[in-house]
Amino acid sequence: MNEKHTISCLVENHFGVLARVAGLISARGFNIDSLTVSATEDPTVSRMTIVVDADAIKLEQVKRQLDRLIDVIGVTELSEGKFIDRELLLARVKNVGNEHVELERLVQSTPGAKIAARSPGSCVVEAIGDTNMLDQFVEQLRAYGIEKLVRTGRVALEKE
Amino acid sequence: MATTKGAKILVECLKREGVEIAFGIPGGVNLPTFDALYDSGINVILTVHEQGAAHMADGYARATGKVGVCLATSGPGATNLTTGIATAFMDSIPVVALTGQVRTTVIGNDAFQEVDTIGVTRPITKHSFLVKDVRDIARTVREAFFIARTGRPGPVLIDLPVDTTVAEAEFLYPEEVTIRGYKPKILVDAAIDSIDQANIERAVEAIARSRRPVIYAGAGVIHGGASAELLELAHKTRIPVTTSLLGLGGFPETDPLSLGMLGMHGFEYTNYAVAACDCLIGIGARFDDRVTGKPDEFAKQATKIHIDVDPSSINKTVLVDIPIIGDVKAVLRTLNALVKPADTGAWLARIGEMRKTYPLIYRKKDKVLPQVVVQQISAATKGNAVIATGVGQHQMWAAQYYQFNHPRSLITSGGLGTMGFGLPAAIGAQFGRPGEVVWDIDGDGSFQMTAQELATAAQHHLPIKVAIMNNQFHGMVRQWQDLFYQSRYAQSRLNPVDFVKLAEANGCVGIRVERDQEVRPAIDRAMRVSDRPTVIDFLVESKEDCWPMIAPGKPHDQMLGTYESLKDAGGVPQHRRISPDEEAKLSLG
Repeated sequence: MNEKHTISCLVENHFGVLARVAGLISARGFNIDSLTVSATEDPTVSRMTIVVDADAIKLEQVKRQLDRLIDVIGVTELSEGKFIDRELLLARVKNVGNEHVELERLVQSTPGAKIAARSPGSCVVEAIGDTNMLDQFVEQLRAYGIEKLVRTGRVALEKE
Repeated sequence: MATTKGAKILVECLKREGVEIAFGIPGGVNLPTFDALYDSGINVILTVHEQGAAHMADGYARATGKVGVCLATSGPGATNLTTGIATAFMDSIPVVALTGQVRTTVIGNDAFQEVDTIGVTRPITKHSFLVKDVRDIARTVREAFFIARTGRPGPVLIDLPVDTTVAEAEFLYPEEVTIRGYKPKILVDAAIDSIDQANIERAVEAIARSRRPVIYAGAGVIHGGASAELLELAHKTRIPVTTSLLGLGGFPETDPLSLGMLGMHGFEYTNYAVAACDCLIGIGARFDDRVTGKPDEFAKQATKIHIDVDPSSINKTVLVDIPIIGDVKAVLRTLNALVKPADTGAWLARIGEMRKTYPLIYRKKDKVLPQVVVQQISAATKGNAVIATGVGQHQMWAAQYYQFNHPRSLITSGGLGTMGFGLPAAIGAQFGRPGEVVWDIDGDGSFQMTAQELATAAQHHLPIKVAIMNNQFHGMVRQWQDLFYQSRYAQSRLNPVDFVKLAEANGCVGIRVERDQEVRPAIDRAMRVSDRPTVIDFLVESKEDCWPMIAPGKPHDQMLGTYESLKDAGGVPQHRRISPDEEAKLSLG
């Protein structure tokens, strides 16, 4: 049965490493939901957080194939409940008439959300949270008319 | 501070890696490298085409176990290497490819002969490097050879912009290699992980419990230098051994426990044995689809043990019960110290019966049969030659009818199935093993894909022998068209070519064979030629089929072209693959 798995991958901070990882994922036909690359405490190392949609067998293959890349230093699957994950969302929403009062109320009552910019016909809402929370928030925003939406994909870190 | 030119640093590093020979073609941006190699003591072989250079490096590596080196210029030189690099990648062969690149300041500008070589070769190399700074050359070469030859071996590419090779730097040679993302299980004496140790103990129990075990050995046994350990395991446990195509030679076929090759064109009795086994011990093999047929049906009743150096090979196509990750030689040594003989008396008797009941078979025809040619080459060389092949029917007949007894005696493109591999691979093998007899068993379709390398072989007076099974067809394609496409021979017929003239035009001996009685004299004559290549143009039966065969995606006990189906149609049973003693005991009428 397919499930979402979060893989944290330490890689060399070289030119071309993202292409190797992306190429591997497409060549082997793995389904990924998101992939983020970011700096770490060590400037020679980057961290990739990859959310994979896979069954147990496929997941094992993803991890082993990633680990086979010379530029991949380590691959860890983050197990449920033992890590914190966050995404950032930006949404441009219509902001007309009485609705904007309700929109302001929704944003104020949602932890991690705020209005980041306002213009006469629309405003940009930002929100930080885990994937489930942001999914729900997007559903609520739809009522106001989402013009554009972007999400960063998941970053994650073990609690200890 | 004394400085050295990048190309000189490169060459010095190659020498320190033990490189004695390299294959390639010079061009605009790799001139500094060729110039530095010119009086370096490394034997640089000019090939006709870069694909030939890559296959020669590959053939050299397969024949010797050393790292093969090939060189090409940027752009078309590099793209011409790619088929050879992919061939080496699929079969885990240690090759280092050195490509020239346009100067760093114009990379990305669509400069003359520029191609993104790293990008093109990313999915077909174990690793690759673009060296933008002359100070990185020494470390890069060190790492490239280390990566190519350790763990599961494979090709590594170093892309060298021309300005990097002409720039100067202090030559600092790194004695130690440490790559934090690469920790292969390479050391034979290294401690085996506790998980793998526990699984070795589980394997010992599974083997002891089994009544119908089979060892399935692959190229990993040969790459890992573990043939002696495999022989010990088989003899100690009394378990019969089948090999994949690339595993041929890893276990002597003269041994009574040898089952020969399994899979699509494997022996009938071998595939039946695999279908019926209750314990399958995969060693250095990757459960390729040509071996497994339908993966869910493969050795369905068996407890599966899988020993491999590459963790990603485990559970990739077939789910196994007991995975053991490690250097094959180290694991087998540990296993051999623990295993006890399995109770296989009844099983070996049953296999012996099947071997008698389902031999290889062919029908005599008016024209020469390719199987007969291979049998005669096997007899003339006593199974001691190095055999390279192209890809197709002739390759399968070589695998079936030649008796392989030594590791590194079969040089063939298994994974990628690269037609045109045979001739350049034979050239590379002959360079690596100068005193030995090297044959290329080829087809007319396959041979013509790289036939231009006859010039390279002739230039260096290599006594390679090329046996062309000339059926004027892409024979395997024609066979599949007969089986699955109502005999519509879409583009499978080949124009007749006079290969004797082609041989002579290149300075080789050319011999044509049209009748059975000419086969052995021609082979013997080729064996006596010692100063140039010999090409034998065997005009063989044009529509001979390669049997037996498991149709793609079918299980092992549903084969086509079986002994039963051919024996009443005038087939003659063939027993080449059994030791002389056993052959006598079988006393076939």
